[in-house]
Amino acid sequence: MARIIAGVTSSHVPAIGAAIDNHRTGEPYWQRVFEGFERSKAWMREAKPDVCIVVYNDHASAFSVEMIPTFALGTAAEFPIADEGWGPRPVPVVKGHPQLASHIAQSVILDEFDLTLCNKMEVDHGLTVPLNLMFGSPKEWPCPIIPLAVNVVQFPPPTGNRCFNLGKAIKKAVESYPEDLRVVVFGTGGMSHQISGQRAGLINSKFDHAFLDNLTKDPKKLTRLSHLELMREAGAEGVELVMWLIMRGALDDKVDEVYRFYTVPASNTAVGHIILENRAKKSAKKSAPKMKRAAATQKIHRIRS
Amino acid sequence: MAPAKHTTEKEYDDIPGTYVFDADRSRRGYHLNMFCMSLMKAENRRAFKDNETKYLDERFPQLTAEQKEAILKRQYNRMLELGGNIYFTAKLGATDGHPFQHLAALMTGSTQQDYADLMLRGGRQVEGNRSRSGKYAKAGSSIVKGGKSKPKTSKGNKRRG
Repeated sequence: MARIIAGVTSSHVPAIGAAIDNHRTGEPYWQRVFEGFERSKAWMREAKPDVCIVVYNDHASAFSVEMIPTFALGTAAEFPIADEGWGPRPVPVVKGHPQLASHIAQSVILDEFDLTLCNKMEVDHGLTVPLNLMFGSPKEWPCPIIPLAVNVVQFPPPTGNRCFNLGKAIKKAVESYPEDLRVVVFGTGGMSHQISGQRAGLINSKFDHAFLDNLTKDPKKLTRLSHLELMREAGAEGVELVMWLIMRGALDDKVDEVYRFYTVPASNTAVGHIILENRAKKSAKKSAPKMKRAAATQKIHRIRS
Repeated sequence: MAPAKHTTEKEYDDIPGTYVFDADRSRRGYHLNMFCMSLMKAENRRAFKDNETKYLDERFPQLTAEQKEAILKRQYNRMLELGGNIYFTAKLGATDGHPFQHLAALMTGSTQQDYADLMLRGGRQVEGNRSRSGKYAKAGSSIVKGGKSKPKTSKGNKRRG
């Protein structure tokens, strides 16, 4: 049977993609960000998932203002890289897993989550930047990817509670898939940021740390955050943190936090990253070795002027 | 479990310096945002840069005069107010060859360097930036310990805007 082994969260700042594409990852500003993901890439190499489900949002690439699906699951065999206005990012085409995606679609729709299904969908930096951060820049992505696009662009996005419960339905769907597949779920976007209006530049590190703490230990508390509180405390665009709750809902209630990284800023955004593992079942393979949180956690970098 | 409490009133209009892109703004800004979408194609970017007014008049005649003016004058907050969304208007900035922080600086009434410095110092603080009316000025967050108490004064993080 398929099972979810772990969940990760990752920022998807477009400037991170641009830094990779323009070979600027060695610059001190970007080094600070990329160093935080070195351990994550090592973890990923060891975890070797067979499939990843990536919860992300489209940024006016596949979806404009013509149609705004709340949850859109990619059921295609492949997903081309979108041209976001400066040519498609030079990253491999994203290969899907249509069989598992169709199985998830059937299971969660019958569980009353009314997904939109996409047999054709381009994917933008919202999906590809997290892949780079976790897999580096390989010639081909090492495993099939199932994209799940969530509307966080037009208010209101789905509630955190709805997202969390959708995660639970996805877990149930994966666990009823007959093939032995090890699945990692990505929650992307965040953390606190606002990129619009006079309040642009807002960062709330206290909120971010509390969010990360609760994501591991008490995610239900996070499902009670209203959009108003999320936007007020974490910035208008920080509301995309609801996507992380889909990932968290897809994991077991009790998880092990094996790694955490937080830094400010990447362009206009606080970068928050966490790896949560389901506790290995007795019969299951040994999970990737734990890393010491104290050693792994990095403090916020602030360069004083 | 019940979802978080919500109302259908636009309580979010109380957040200062913020234009929440809701269904009303999306409807009003439809043509403005679709104009921005058109800039995803290189040939359209060239045609627009070649003659901006002509491009708007010919291809997006349903834009209002106000929207047209905001586009031509690159008034980014005004575009948001008139129904633009930042992920769409950012395509206009990219067409002009500007990095995103250039737009952020314009929207915050700052210089690009000052805005970049603000981010490097940890960004704009939430204290003092929660509420237009004052109703939520000290609301804090339900997940931050002591979040409901009076916000502490900061050390060295100058607030702007």
